[in-house]
Amino acid sequence: MDWGGIDPVILVATLMASAVPILLAALGETVVERAGVLNLGVEGLMVIGALGGFVTAVHTGSPVLGFVGGAVSGALLSLIFAALTQVFLANQVATGLALTLFGLGVSSLGGQGYNGIKPPATGPLLPEALGDLPVVGPILFGHDWVVYFSILATAVTWWVLKATRAGLIIRAVGESHEAAHALGYKVNRIRLLCIAFGGAMAGMGGAYISLARVPQWVDGITAGAGWIALAIVVFASWRPWRVLLGAYLFGGISVLQLNLQVAGSGIPVEYLSMAPYLITILVLVLMSSGRGRAAVGAPAALGQNFHASR
Amino acid sequence: MKRRTLLATAALGLGLAMGGSAFAQGMEKVKACFVYVGPIGDGGWTFQHHQGALDVQKAFGDKVELQWQENVPEGADAERVLTQMALGGCNIIFTTSFGYMDATNAVAAKFPDVKFEHATGFKRDHANVSTYNARFYEGRAVQGTIAGRMTKSNKIGYIGSFPIPEVIMGINSYYLHAKKVNPDVQLSVVWAFTWFDPAKEADAAKALIDQGVDVIASHTDSTAPLAEAAKTEGKVIGFGQASDMAEYKDGPRVSSIIDNWGPYYVERVGALLDGSYAQKDTWAGIAGGEVLIGEITAAVPAEVKAEAEALRDAIAAGTYHPFTGPIKKQDGSDWLAEGATAPDGDLLGMMFYVEGVVGDIPQ
Amino acid sequence: MIRLEKRASPSRFWLYATPVVAVLLTMVVGGVLFALMGKNPVEVIRTIFWDPLFGEFAFYLRGQLLVKAGPLILIAIGLALGFRAGIWNIGAEGQYIMGAICGAAVGLAVFPTENRMIYPVMVIAGAFGGWAWAMIPALLKTRFNTNEILVSLMLVYVAETILAKAATGFLKNPEGMGFPGSRNFSSYPAAANPELIAGSGLHWGGVAALVTAGLAWVLLTRHIAGYQIRLAGQAPRAARFHGVSPGRLVVLCMGLSGALAGLAGLFEVTGPAGQISIDFNTGYGFTAIIVAFLGRLNPLGIVLAGFLMALTYVGGEMAATNLGLPDAAIQVFQGMLLFFLLAVDVLTNYRFRRSAGALGAK
Repeated sequence: MDWGGIDPVILVATLMASAVPILLAALGETVVERAGVLNLGVEGLMVIGALGGFVTAVHTGSPVLGFVGGAVSGALLSLIFAALTQVFLANQVATGLALTLFGLGVSSLGGQGYNGIKPPATGPLLPEALGDLPVVGPILFGHDWVVYFSILATAVTWWVLKATRAGLIIRAVGESHEAAHALGYKVNRIRLLCIAFGGAMAGMGGAYISLARVPQWVDGITAGAGWIALAIVVFASWRPWRVLLGAYLFGGISVLQLNLQVAGSGIPVEYLSMAPYLITILVLVLMSSGRGRAAVGAPAALGQNFHASR
Repeated sequence: MKRRTLLATAALGLGLAMGGSAFAQGMEKVKACFVYVGPIGDGGWTFQHHQGALDVQKAFGDKVELQWQENVPEGADAERVLTQMALGGCNIIFTTSFGYMDATNAVAAKFPDVKFEHATGFKRDHANVSTYNARFYEGRAVQGTIAGRMTKSNKIGYIGSFPIPEVIMGINSYYLHAKKVNPDVQLSVVWAFTWFDPAKEADAAKALIDQGVDVIASHTDSTAPLAEAAKTEGKVIGFGQASDMAEYKDGPRVSSIIDNWGPYYVERVGALLDGSYAQKDTWAGIAGGEVLIGEITAAVPAEVKAEAEALRDAIAAGTYHPFTGPIKKQDGSDWLAEGATAPDGDLLGMMFYVEGVVGDIPQ
Repeated sequence: MIRLEKRASPSRFWLYATPVVAVLLTMVVGGVLFALMGKNPVEVIRTIFWDPLFGEFAFYLRGQLLVKAGPLILIAIGLALGFRAGIWNIGAEGQYIMGAICGAAVGLAVFPTENRMIYPVMVIAGAFGGWAWAMIPALLKTRFNTNEILVSLMLVYVAETILAKAATGFLKNPEGMGFPGSRNFSSYPAAANPELIAGSGLHWGGVAALVTAGLAWVLLTRHIAGYQIRLAGQAPRAARFHGVSPGRLVVLCMGLSGALAGLAGLFEVTGPAGQISIDFNTGYGFTAIIVAFLGRLNPLGIVLAGFLMALTYVGGEMAATNLGLPDAAIQVFQGMLLFFLLAVDVLTNYRFRRSAGALGAK
């Protein structure tokens, strides 16, 4: 198959990899927001994860440990946010933004001396013969393990939120923390765990950038991916599979517009360049206009702090 | 992360006999200050300027005190940082991004005793403002030659940042020299609309690779395109940009353009120390040592390497100009006649592709 | 076990004391950070907090605080109105850019005509540009119930692309020899926004910021629309019973914040920045969100928060240049200051109590 020089199979395979960072981060943030917490610091968490993952991988020589390192550093940084918003009841929006500033600064300080180093490679998971199969090869079998992990994480997140007791509690806390508290759940503790999970996922997403997408460390390597992840959560109406859809849509159009440029499509470049943002808006409008208000489904307690008076 | 380089207009300046300001007596000690548009850790543009600054310290030791400020946004912030530096006793201030042009001249007006050196700009409104830049397109000619010889698919790529003359000049030079050694070569240009976004730059490189491009040059700041090329395990090659990017030497990086600001910085600070400082406009290239061609690796066959180095040496010796006619514009109209070389003014305002490049410049 | 207990009414003492405590805490912890980096902590702290106000070059830097704080305050006040009503305009950066482009386009279109009406028309065009850009998420919200966070944020990136196009295309200086960037307004008096009093840093943007703060305060405390905004944020259902139309409120709040952001952009491009360039925007639209919350969404609080933020920028720059600190250390320091400011605020509404006995509970 060939559309004006663009091979749709390769395009799909590429977008699956290029969407991983925002997908992982957005999944984490989905859980955080489902628990009623709005953490705008995803960009800071991702960049600290990118550094943490990079440093761990370089020193241990293991890319897998690198991703663990990225997740741990993301989770650790997110604990600052958790402490501020859950213990000191600080405003979530402002704390999240401050977290981004802080994370960018810390990563830049900590990353000195890591420029120009190559991390150990994260290669394809399955035997190459499978990846060489026509059509299904590149799309289904040609990826590194993190791509599969990101899809698995979507499924698990969906299942946990939908079908498990833990998911029920998380959603209850996010819909009405008063009621959840009355039922005897430790609202702040549950939220703290969700925040740490979100931090770990964002950190891992960041690590994917520094270890797989662009295997290197430079200051500010995430270049705004965290903001896109935040938008994708909203786009997805807080539902995991829609997060996947949104990340693939956004990633796909970003990749497609570059491919169209290479292929010489004749569409002015600046419009192509805006396309990922405009089309995401357009799709969201179509999705949100069809079903009326109920479909949007922001967690009712989103962004509100909870203090147990009793 | 964003930024700036743009080319200077020698066109305005070359004819000017910088009158007046001869600074007869030298100085005991010079405080040299640098304003950076990005973090030193960017591994590219700002990193190279900082290396130049460190060269100054090495050359003069105690006689020089260095100061610098990273991540200075263009506009009002730049003006404030410059003013602070001037107030704080800097004797000479290097402003290392095109976007500082107006701020540099505005502050220079208020501090006639402080020397200002603006990279890649063309305004020298006051006697204490000099400009300097590098002829990166000379390096692109060498890269184009290698690209034309090395490509197997006859498709070569270029990742552009913004559609500005400096980038377009590089694209044209790269294409012309690839075409010269390989008439079948086709060039694909991707505009990233950013100076720095590693993930996007990687995606752009991937898009080029996916469509059969096997030699990639980039005009953005990060090493991401090389990293992407490295994943093809030798099928795709690329070039270091701004810094040598030597860490990819055993992989896709076959050569590089290195911004080498050290010699110029040392010369200017030295002139201030010994009293020979005068306003000037510098647009040096390979000959002046401001543009270095990084080592051409063993991945390139010896005869291609020799050809590329011969071109480099001819440019350095002044016997060859990368833009020598006959050259037509993309629309088929004449630009340079047989044997004519491009005037600097044409280059500095270059907003057209040469004949054979496909696609439109966004504007 | 120590636990928090809500105060019956906010403590007036802590309302004023918390910022001081936060700054002191930041000085201590930040000082440790700087000491670890091998710098003299006292010197760094003094450079950041003292020198811009009372140091050798304060005559210049005090004005610069106003230059830096002006746009932050102007944008933050608009945002605060929306935030109070539960309307999340995250895209002020885009509205700031569009205001600058529209205003600048008007001025550049009539270049080089000198007429006293030009600047006022540009100001209106700037406000209009920001307003129009904010109306996109507002109308999508009211018509299709599309989430305004996503739309306003995505439109920032679209605005940045338009900015690049303006700088390299339709607003490019025809005498700039192909270089990107518009004409510089400082050489076009009819369209320029110069310092009103030399050396004060005060330009029309600063005036607008302070006037707007006053007006916003009046609006929120004295006017029915302000009452509706506060009610909609605190009790959306009650607001509806009181006849507050959510749709109208969205249009009002988004429109106001967009127009103010657009104004900030216009004042900046014609004044301190001087021209439309590819990198004209420097993140005021995002920083203003922090400023809005630091100021407790209160217009007067925002003025103070704006100046504090400006102080850390200007002072931080001084510390970086003069003491050789990496810029990243300043970012970390700013982040810490914000963390402390946000954390100690808890003391205004709560008190720490030992909850040993059951009687401790209310």
